[in-house]
Amino acid sequence: MTEMILALVVAVMLVAGGIFTFLAAVGLVRLPDVYTRMHAASKAGTVGSGLMLLAAGIHAFDIAILTRALAGFVFFVLTAPVAAHLVAKAAHGAGYRLARATVMDDMREAEKRNAKKR
Amino acid sequence: MDAQTIISAAAAIALLLMCAAFFLTAFRVVRGPTLPDRIVALDMLVAIAIGFIAVVAIRTGFNLYIDIAIALGLVGFLATVAFARFVMRQGMEAGEDGETPAEGRKREKTGKRRKRR
Repeated sequence: MTEMILALVVAVMLVAGGIFTFLAAVGLVRLPDVYTRMHAASKAGTVGSGLMLLAAGIHAFDIAILTRALAGFVFFVLTAPVAAHLVAKAAHGAGYRLARATVMDDMREAEKRNAKKR
Repeated sequence: MDAQTIISAAAAIALLLMCAAFFLTAFRVVRGPTLPDRIVALDMLVAIAIGFIAVVAIRTGFNLYIDIAIALGLVGFLATVAFARFVMRQGMEAGEDGETPAEGRKREKTGKRRKRR
């Protein structure tokens, strides 16, 4: 009975992780510019691979391995936003434009204001 | 239906979905069109590889693979940070962003790398 419930939980997490990863890849292909693509890849992609890692940890049925998988998941959740923010800031600073459909660019306005002040 | 069948079916579905995701992301790496696009896609490829490793760990029952996945995540993070620093240093190539190369050259001459319309 316990084995069956465990197997069901692992199976659901595996399929959910696969769906998240696939949706992130679809977003990467379909969205119009770097910034929106980054938003798909860094959130859905992280959750997808993290869910799979957790599934592997639960499947092992060992507290040491589960802890390691949990530590890996937390590490990914901590580093993905940092990496995405760095890439976005670098791209914006280097002058890569937003998509034509964008209605607002707060960072550009702020840079303009700072330039005027100086 | 026993537990082993369920897990192996779920692993097969996950592998299939991730194969599709891998090819879509590889398409974005090849297509570009800009350098940050490729960086984001490479970051995503690392995430997909981590997922693959986790599924292989479940299928083979070899739990050391989880440590490998953590190490790969660390390396992927460092690679993305290094790429971001590179973009920050080097700036945008003229004409890379779909604008006309002549306009880009003009901007280059004035030396205002950060200026945008």
